[in-house]
Amino acid sequence: MIYTDTVQYAEEVKRRAKTIPKKEEQKFSKETHELITDLLPKKFGRSGKIWIGVLFSICLLGLFAYIKQLRYGLIVTDMRDFSSWGIYISNFVFFVAISLVGSLVSAILKLANVKWRTPLTRIAEVIAVAAIVFAGIIIIVDMGRPERFWHLFVYGRIQSPIIWDVIVISTYLTVSLLLLYLPLLPDLALCKNEMVNIPKWQRKLYGILSLNWKGTKKQYQIINKSIRVLAILIIPLALAIHTVTSWLFATTFRVGWDSTNFGPYFVSGAFMVGAAAVIAGMYILRNHYNLEKYITHKHFDHMGKLLVLLSLVYFYFNINEYLITGYKMKNVEGEHLQSLFSGRFAPMFWMVQIFGMMIPILVLLFRKGRKPIPIFVISVLVVVGAWFKRFLIVTPTLMHPFIPMQNIPVSWTHYIPSWEEWAVTAGSLAGALLLMTLLIRLFPIIPIWEIAEEKGLLKNIKSMKE
Amino acid sequence: MTETKNEENSNSRKKFLKLGAIAGVVAAAAGSLGIFEVFAAKEKSASGKKIKLLSPDGRIIEVDSSLINPEIPDIPLNIRQGAPDKKFVMVIDLAKCAHAGKCKKACSKMHYLPPERSYIKIEKMQEAEKTAPYWMPTPCFHCDDPPCVKVCPVDATFKLTDGTVSIDNNRCIGCRFCMVACPYSARIFNWGEDEFKLTEPEKKDIKPHHQCSSHIKGTVEKCDFCPSHAQKGTLPDCVTACPNGVFYFGDEQDDTVSNGDETVRLSELLKEKSGYRYLEELGTKPRVYYLPPVKRRFPFEESNDTKIQG
Repeated sequence: MIYTDTVQYAEEVKRRAKTIPKKEEQKFSKETHELITDLLPKKFGRSGKIWIGVLFSICLLGLFAYIKQLRYGLIVTDMRDFSSWGIYISNFVFFVAISLVGSLVSAILKLANVKWRTPLTRIAEVIAVAAIVFAGIIIIVDMGRPERFWHLFVYGRIQSPIIWDVIVISTYLTVSLLLLYLPLLPDLALCKNEMVNIPKWQRKLYGILSLNWKGTKKQYQIINKSIRVLAILIIPLALAIHTVTSWLFATTFRVGWDSTNFGPYFVSGAFMVGAAAVIAGMYILRNHYNLEKYITHKHFDHMGKLLVLLSLVYFYFNINEYLITGYKMKNVEGEHLQSLFSGRFAPMFWMVQIFGMMIPILVLLFRKGRKPIPIFVISVLVVVGAWFKRFLIVTPTLMHPFIPMQNIPVSWTHYIPSWEEWAVTAGSLAGALLLMTLLIRLFPIIPIWEIAEEKGLLKNIKSMKE
Repeated sequence: MTETKNEENSNSRKKFLKLGAIAGVVAAAAGSLGIFEVFAAKEKSASGKKIKLLSPDGRIIEVDSSLINPEIPDIPLNIRQGAPDKKFVMVIDLAKCAHAGKCKKACSKMHYLPPERSYIKIEKMQEAEKTAPYWMPTPCFHCDDPPCVKVCPVDATFKLTDGTVSIDNNRCIGCRFCMVACPYSARIFNWGEDEFKLTEPEKKDIKPHHQCSSHIKGTVEKCDFCPSHAQKGTLPDCVTACPNGVFYFGDEQDDTVSNGDETVRLSELLKEKSGYRYLEELGTKPRVYYLPPVKRRFPFEESNDTKIQG
């Protein structure tokens, strides 16, 4: 939140004072106290409550639409025999894509020994966990018989890419949860000991979750080692999760999907949208919680460079995907491409390619483009573009089967998602944001102990270091 | 009293004879089905015509003709088992197809589908601008290397020993991966509860082995090569309904196919008329062959149906 007037600022100070110990009772040095004051979780203000309310209402609407779908079947969607997969599937791919950010920031950057990543790790993990949880939910929503979900475990065939997806997604969720949780342990102990004016259950929750963290040397050794192991583990997992998701398409004969380029094409796109999501999250949290000291222009600049690099890689795979097909223009494959480049999907296609990829690359190549406000706008464009890009991967292909579509009702020849589908999709997106918000409300969004460690303050905080 | 007793006696006698007859004759003729016959067949009035049979212990016995040659009843098939010792195959002669649409109607009727939907489709095909258009009926190809079966996560669609690709609608989770995996768009989905709603008489009439025809909401269905007909040794409804004899159906092992009017050697038919399989290059090995649309019986006439799509 940007404080527009002094009244608002005063309110914010008062709000913080409620949860943070007063200065005179302080046992910490000024610097440590400031760090804790800035970063311990804070109660929702008015805007926070409105935000929660809006997200919750969208979730309820989505739930209502889903109940309707359960009652009447998938007939409430606009999916039919030809467009048999729709925005549920593209939304699923979007969620899986965005979840790759967790591994990017907490694993790849960690192993590359990038120091500036520290304040971003938890934001990335929160986004990753929320996204992968809702990827799982949305895929169940897409099932014709969701109550038979258990068939996957009882009758599962390892030959099916769907089973591969079930395996990698659940593994990835587990590792992501651990990568969120383990670095939280010292912070949880801090929350338990230092937060005042919190309800009993919350303190109890911190107490249980902190697993009796005392901050001994041995404990730090264990979590540091575990985090390192997980960071290494999650990289092949991240590649697997999105490659396997791309294989749901690439293992079929369908035009536009029958491509060996699909694995890296999906993975690079996923890293790109994930980086953009982190930047957007950074910007919003930084303004709302006044974290300018921790998330600086330098962070935006670095993330901007990373995003432009990832976008260029994605651009390369786009060229590889479309140019080769376009060069040959093989029958239905050519028709499919034509529908994207100059046919009925062209407006959406070019919007996505230009605003979701080309313009971001051009803007972010310049230092001024990597300042917080422009890079935030660009990141939002990338995230929105990425959602529609997945629509363009799923739907046009299904509209171009090998055997021409004939003798079918006109409404079957195009796919326009019904309001129920939009409501469920919006509900899942709102649900993911809601989960992120709740995690941020409960846990420090910037790892306090890691910042304290970097600043050499860790020894000052008793609950964190023995 | 005595009358009832007599009747009882004659009943038990009948049953005994039936057992003998079935053990000796029907069992050989109809295989395991005959055993079910003992329990399933209703009492029939005697026709008066006697037939001599060899009983299991080697005596010649006379039984009423109504007791043998029983009407083979519809019994629940194990959907994961195909017809024994069969390899079904279909040949579609494109030279004969005039888009009469009777196959679709018969299919819809057989499978209790609304008239506008059936497991078989008829498309107007045209290879190139200057080549002649022709009609191509497309049922499920029952591929020997089926991409739909490959991708099914729960083994709800599978290949039977008789060559058909079948669906277990009580297993299907409705992920529709098989639908996108099928390059021939052969599969249809039960999008809603009432979409293919059956009338009460239809529900009573529905055969237990018509897995697909039970139209379970949220599951996939498709052409099943009519297993109930196969069980009786009769031809699928699309084959018999076609007025132009386009469809040939039969057993690859017997090397015979029939379109209802004529029965021919499969290998000869394919050889003489240069049979081919659609999109052979995909390597799915369909069990449905096509005969090219040469020396056509009918001139190609545009149908209103295809114009819907445009």
